[in-house]
Amino acid sequence: MIPQRQIAPVASLTVPALSISGLSVAYDDTIVVGDVDARFMSGTMTAIIGPNGAGKSSLLKATLGIVPTLAGHVAFFGEPLDTVRNRVAYVPQRAGVDWDFPARVLDVVLMGLYGELGIFGRLRPSHEKRAMDCIARVGLTDFARRQIGALSGGQQQRVFLARALAQRADILLLDEPFAGVDAATEKALVQVLHALRGEGRAIVAVHHDLATVPAYFDHVLLLNRRCIAEGPVATAFTEKALAQTYGARGAAHA
Amino acid sequence: MAPAALPMPDAFLLQAGYNATFVTLGSMFLGMAAGVTGTFLYLRKRSLISDALAHATLPGVGLAFLLMVALGGDGRSLPLLLAGAGLSALAGLLCVHLLSTRTRLPLDAAIGAVLSVSYGLGIVILTVIQALSAGRQAGLEGFLLGSAAGMLQSDALLIGFGGAAAALLVILFRRPLLLVAFDPGYAATCGVSPARTDLMLMVLVLAVTLTGLKVVGLILIVALLIIPPVAARLWSDRAGVVVAVAGGIGGAAGYGGAAASAMAPDLPTGAVIVLLAFAAFVISLLVGPVRGVIPQALRRARMRGHLDGAG
Amino acid sequence: MGSDFVMLSLVPMVIAALAAVACALPGNFLLLRRQSMLGDAISHVVLPGIVVTFLLTGSANPWAMLLGAGIAALFSVLLIELIVRSARVEPGAAMGTVFTAMFAAGVLGLERSGASGVHLDVEHALYGNLESLIWLDANGWPSLADPKALAGLPPELTLLAAVTAVVGAFVVALWRPLSVATFDEGFAATLGLPVRALSLALIVVAAMACVAAFSAVGSILVIAMLICPPAAARLMTNRLGHQVWLSLGLAILAALSGYVLAGYGPLWLGFAGSVSAAGMIAAVSGVILGLAALTGRHRRRTGSPLSTPADRPYKAPNA
Repeated sequence: MIPQRQIAPVASLTVPALSISGLSVAYDDTIVVGDVDARFMSGTMTAIIGPNGAGKSSLLKATLGIVPTLAGHVAFFGEPLDTVRNRVAYVPQRAGVDWDFPARVLDVVLMGLYGELGIFGRLRPSHEKRAMDCIARVGLTDFARRQIGALSGGQQQRVFLARALAQRADILLLDEPFAGVDAATEKALVQVLHALRGEGRAIVAVHHDLATVPAYFDHVLLLNRRCIAEGPVATAFTEKALAQTYGARGAAHA
Repeated sequence: MAPAALPMPDAFLLQAGYNATFVTLGSMFLGMAAGVTGTFLYLRKRSLISDALAHATLPGVGLAFLLMVALGGDGRSLPLLLAGAGLSALAGLLCVHLLSTRTRLPLDAAIGAVLSVSYGLGIVILTVIQALSAGRQAGLEGFLLGSAAGMLQSDALLIGFGGAAAALLVILFRRPLLLVAFDPGYAATCGVSPARTDLMLMVLVLAVTLTGLKVVGLILIVALLIIPPVAARLWSDRAGVVVAVAGGIGGAAGYGGAAASAMAPDLPTGAVIVLLAFAAFVISLLVGPVRGVIPQALRRARMRGHLDGAG
Repeated sequence: MGSDFVMLSLVPMVIAALAAVACALPGNFLLLRRQSMLGDAISHVVLPGIVVTFLLTGSANPWAMLLGAGIAALFSVLLIELIVRSARVEPGAAMGTVFTAMFAAGVLGLERSGASGVHLDVEHALYGNLESLIWLDANGWPSLADPKALAGLPPELTLLAAVTAVVGAFVVALWRPLSVATFDEGFAATLGLPVRALSLALIVVAAMACVAAFSAVGSILVIAMLICPPAAARLMTNRLGHQVWLSLGLAILAALSGYVLAGYGPLWLGFAGSVSAAGMIAAVSGVILGLAALTGRHRRRTGSPLSTPADRPYKAPNA
């Protein structure tokens, strides 16, 4: 287990881990995310759901400053991203990187320590030990010294999660963590994420499978360019909101 | 031979003599064939493969020359030089294919490696030829940058017919080429083999390269395969139109460049052709209706006005 | 192997090795970023840079040439970026458009300006003139300790040594951010790394190496050294650090053995004269890559179908 960072209990209860207001994103001349408001609290796990092209990944990337925003305001723990970067971790889509890169699992997870090490900080055995702990937590100890391309899709997703764990972040943003992952891995990943939630961290994940939303998540954000509904699964994850998000047909499927 | 002081319009009106006419028309056909072939290459996102192919012709040219000299000839037969060029280009292509499929190297690195190594090898062979012929010009340097001046009548005929034949072939095979360029998986279900079609495309690229080797040169021939399609893509979203516009731009550039160099033999033909094509690209970049800079800016301004009006 | 060697061969060999190292270092990162062809583009646009500088200044001063070529390289990269962004042209094709057009402009400029009669000529640009970089003031090995003789070293040597040092310092200082951003740019951005600036800096450093090496060894060798040693090293190891060290070793090996083969190979075969050293070094690096492709321990792609970079499109130079 990784030693936990102290989370100030009062702050975590009153200040949202992530708050977004009036966020809009545009590519070329089309608006892909329009005027979204949302808040994500520590100790919760939120699914961002919506049809293809609804702007789910763009929303995530825009909050992290990976894609430029047209308008809006984003705050992590009440502060701009730049001042709290080391409390924020991002788990990108597996397809976004080159798995043929000359790096081992351990090397990738060590990248998670970059925020602490900086450019010149020396890599100590204790750092390696911590990275190995994170690898163990996602069940990849036997693969730590393999080249990353030699892993299966589910294992690669776990490497990314281990890298996020190494960051010891207080909020994790995941882009489709279960895409192309087998059922056993999905279960294992959810277990790790639930444990993180139990430690008081905030989890936000783009998710596709409507059927598993109630089992995995406690909050949802229904998105189709605009925010359709937001809140606890019990109140926001309704037939009506789904119909609005996906159109009548999609809701019938769900 | 066209005299240097020829008045300007003659060459453009094909009045500059038999040879110049053939070279000019041949370059036009070559430009058309290159524009059309290049469009399929561009749609298949393989434009730079042609660069490796073109550079890989050099060792073949040199070896063919050496072989002809060893057999007692003077080594200047263009068809045989081109045959050598074709063979070594195929070998280079095979290397790119093997490196990018059998090893973990990405396609662009395979292209760059084959390009630079075969080019280096070609230069080594050229210096061997220089040393052997001891001052006697083999004239192979012309293949690097191209020159339409001082061409034999048979060479001009070869280029004229070669260009026309390549243009005809691309038009004949346009359907399967388009199908594979758009969706190779779907093409396979239609009974069009993507592998075979890709091979055909490469043969067409090779034909264009060999035809253009003498006029445009191996360093710049790739421009004729890349620039017209890129320019044409800015004019339309429909593949058929893009193909036609690319052929038109390539043909016009080939015609203009060859005619200009018939007028002024000192002008490097290949460079002029490429710069004419680039001028067409710059115009397209500005005013091309689909992705041109000015139409896009106008559309964006209209959208902003619309948003302001709504909000 | 006495004074003749020091006078005729030592300096060209050191220059070839320095050029190989300066190009192979950034080449490793370009390879992993799918930007190998950028080296091809840069080495082509150096020609118009040199021609324009010559037309403007009227002299062939190597430092002015270096500056002009560097400006041309930067200009071409920005132009490629502009075309990719403004008209959504596929980066590989945008690159092909820009570098061929600029090269054509350089060729035209040469022919039109009369510069072709002077020191500048296309062949020099393409082949390099490694063999002519001799150390006239040298008189055997002791000259290495003789300040007067050392002052007579060709300026290309000083230039390349300085550039190699800068390139080396860049890679060492920014090793961690460079490797993180090369592997996963989105993740690097969330760490607060200036990924666009890093990418641009890498290109500028690569351009600097290309330009400096170009004036001594010509464009063939620049492209070959940028791509072949890193590619061969990639097939021999799965770790980035090892790959970079290995590529440097292979680059030096190719430079030295290629030079020796070019100078003495024809003699061994019974011919008089020598062949192009730059061409031979490129050919040797190709042989090394070929051997690595046939026998390298990690030559094959492994694992999931996602790791098939052959089908991935070229990345934008600065995206």
